[in-house]
Amino acid sequence: MAEKMKLEILTPYNKVVDTEIDEVTATGKLGEFGVLPGHAPFLTSLRIGELSYKNNGASASLALNWGYFEIKDDRIVVLVETAEVSDAIDIERARAALGRAEEALKKLTPEDKQHKIYEAALQRAIIRMQVAGKSARK
Amino acid sequence: MASLKSIKKRIVSVKNTRQITKAMKMVSAAKLRRAQENVVAARPYAKKLGEVLQSLSLNQEGDLHPLLEKRDARKLLLVVVTSDRGLCGGFNSNLCKAGDRYIKENAGSYEQISVMTVGRKGNEFFRSRYSIYRNYANVLAKPNYQTAAVIAQEIIDGFVAGEYDQVELLYNSFRTVMSQDITFQPLLPVVPEGKGVEDETPVEFIYEPSVDELLAEILPKNIEVQIFKSMLESVAGEHGARMTAMDSASKNASEMIGKLTLQYNRARQAAITTELMEIISGSESIKG
Repeated sequence: MAEKMKLEILTPYNKVVDTEIDEVTATGKLGEFGVLPGHAPFLTSLRIGELSYKNNGASASLALNWGYFEIKDDRIVVLVETAEVSDAIDIERARAALGRAEEALKKLTPEDKQHKIYEAALQRAIIRMQVAGKSARK
Repeated sequence: MASLKSIKKRIVSVKNTRQITKAMKMVSAAKLRRAQENVVAARPYAKKLGEVLQSLSLNQEGDLHPLLEKRDARKLLLVVVTSDRGLCGGFNSNLCKAGDRYIKENAGSYEQISVMTVGRKGNEFFRSRYSIYRNYANVLAKPNYQTAAVIAQEIIDGFVAGEYDQVELLYNSFRTVMSQDITFQPLLPVVPEGKGVEDETPVEFIYEPSVDELLAEILPKNIEVQIFKSMLESVAGEHGARMTAMDSASKNASEMIGKLTLQYNRARQAAITTELMEIISGSESIKG
């Protein structure tokens, strides 16, 4: 039996996940990375992206907004603004948000202040659908 | 002595008031529980973020981040978090008075002191006295993180642009249902908490991207979280204060009703006695 890691995912509103896991994959600022037990202390910031973890073969994934990821002594703490478990994602809403963001982006140029906001919204919607799609296929 | 009718009228009106205060107390009690849960839920996030910030700022290399820079404090911004609505006892007025006192005491050491208010009540108090930098009202009914982020961004922008050199946050922190603490909290520049824990060997983290880049991201987040937290605490405190205030108001109303009822009964008795006297003396005179 391999060692386990403890994973906590916190948002300003609640604790989304608090569990023991075997391995975790997340999207860091510099790209996707995976972490297994015994990892060296590591701190990175996360982009809008997907985080998935496995425990005893069962896997789960979440859609994350901005956040950061810390591991120390096999304790992982993820601080994010929002985290959505795949089952809780409303695909219809994500699709609508995607459409809205695309529409808005067509009208805007990269110089506009709003451009960044909608780009982020677009990314979030894509990730949401991606994460939700996975759970639907399962 | 007041007439029977007018006393009756007063009893009815006090009863109505009591009904309202009772209802408000119930509403506050329910909202308080939710607000309290929110405060508790936000704590681990805020605590962790503070820890990370600390470990980052200790390992900092390269240039000082602008938000950490200590400048000659000549211009002060006071951010006051109050409630939007009244009827909560001394909740807002105590806080505003404390802010007022603080400004008067420190007026000499700053060139300029401006106030940013969150919540309508604080704005009403400060707007006639000092220059209001910016006001956010009606954001507290449902405090959310986005609002806190907007406020934080505005504060950070102003700080970086040099519109003020120091930012203090003033709010009611939630201690118990009955009591709130008036809290002054320095917000900017960020002073990483003491390096007191010497015996704990610092863990050598791998940072990705660099420490400075991480710090640049986490510092503004920290401001957001602190503002968010102060909003949550203030809301919880507000409901606690309103609950207490409405409870004592209901008690006072009950007492008042008791007194009035006594008065009413006395007046009624007096009226009956007079009537009887009249009847008796009437019949006596007929008998002759």
